[in-house]
Amino acid sequence: MPPLLHAEQLTSIRAERCLFAGLSFAVSGGELLQVVGQNGSGKSTLLGILAGLASPDEGQVYYQQQALTTHREAFYQDLLFLGHKAAVKASLSALENVALQRQLDCGDSQPAPTEQDWDNLAQLDLLGLEELPAAQLSAGQQRRIALCRLWSSPAKVWILDEPFTALDQAGIELLHQRIDQHLAAGGCVVLTSHQPLLWQPQNYRTLTLQAQGVA
Amino acid sequence: MKLSSLSLIMWVIRRDLRVANRQRSEWLNPLIFLLMVITLFPLGVGPGEQILSRIAPGIIWVAALLSGLLGLDRLLREDYEDGSLEQLVLQPVSLSMTGLGKIVAHWLLSGLPLVILAPLFGLLLSVPVSAWWVLTLSLLLGTPMISALGAIGAALTLQARRSGTLVSLILLPLLIPLLIFATSAIEAAAMGLPANGQLAIIAAMSVLALTLSPLAMAAAIRMSIR
Repeated sequence: MPPLLHAEQLTSIRAERCLFAGLSFAVSGGELLQVVGQNGSGKSTLLGILAGLASPDEGQVYYQQQALTTHREAFYQDLLFLGHKAAVKASLSALENVALQRQLDCGDSQPAPTEQDWDNLAQLDLLGLEELPAAQLSAGQQRRIALCRLWSSPAKVWILDEPFTALDQAGIELLHQRIDQHLAAGGCVVLTSHQPLLWQPQNYRTLTLQAQGVA
Repeated sequence: MKLSSLSLIMWVIRRDLRVANRQRSEWLNPLIFLLMVITLFPLGVGPGEQILSRIAPGIIWVAALLSGLLGLDRLLREDYEDGSLEQLVLQPVSLSMTGLGKIVAHWLLSGLPLVILAPLFGLLLSVPVSAWWVLTLSLLLGTPMISALGAIGAALTLQARRSGTLVSLILLPLLIPLLIFATSAIEAAAMGLPANGQLAIIAAMSVLALTLSPLAMAAAIRMSIR
């Protein structure tokens, strides 16, 4: 089976430091790729490049064998990117945030909260907090609001930057189950995390970024 | 399928208005500043009708420009800091569409109130009643240009902290033509002359700004985001 997402010879240089050079890898449906490395080794930069937020200094990213630079739109139809900034509006309530995210992710122009939004809130243990402005919730709860997207979005490719940050044990467990479901349904996941995963998905690989010298 | 261009524009506008509704002071402050400037002038230069109506067009438009610039930093800053802007860049729709949505939302919060308040400004500064209509029209046609050019400035200065002064320095020279034509339109109307020419030029400048600035804004956002 051809890979969903693959990268060829990626090189990235930031502030005269070579983060990585000649990096090639592929992720197929059902696979989980964990990017590991020290602080500042370029994990977030790599994820940004995969998502097309930044361009590599050399090399190319392909989605379904087509270069990202020319087939951006097809890729973005299938992409869910969760950066370490959660994209949660601090002045809006959890319910409003979840409804807005769903509209954006599912192309659903129905602005009112739906049954599904409530289910997702319940799933992530946010019931009872849905009317409070997100600014009044804890970091972990805000993270959970952002994670609701994983339950509502139909995207095939998930790119998650530090998804476990600020989550409690139960939250991490929930996320594990959801990632497993997604993999079983043929999706792929690329994530960064400092902790080793607490469970073993079937198709699991790690990619280690080594800090390199001055370019 | 994710949202199409038009529904994405509507999504952005609806979301921005909703956020603004929660943070009223953010967009009310520039308006209150504007009202204060306009009420203070008659006290400062004296209530003589002749002087006031002579300088009124200039005061109204200078105050409108300054209040427009005051709120600009808010246009993209919050989206940039909480990560929403990243998500908007990752939509399968051209980023300039999203930019257009941001511009329209900003205009609804900063430009439209001025249009509605125009007769009040006219009353406070003794603009002849015959010129109120042109005053309102000049604000209606001209303020979209402030939002459109302002959006470019806001996008260019995303990475600069405390970018307020910088944005003003970039934008004020670009807005001077608007100031000249808008005041001349109101002066002409106050003297009973037709102001169609000036208004048509203002409209043309606004249309040009609205068409081209989303493109420039999209390019500037892409540069700032990483």
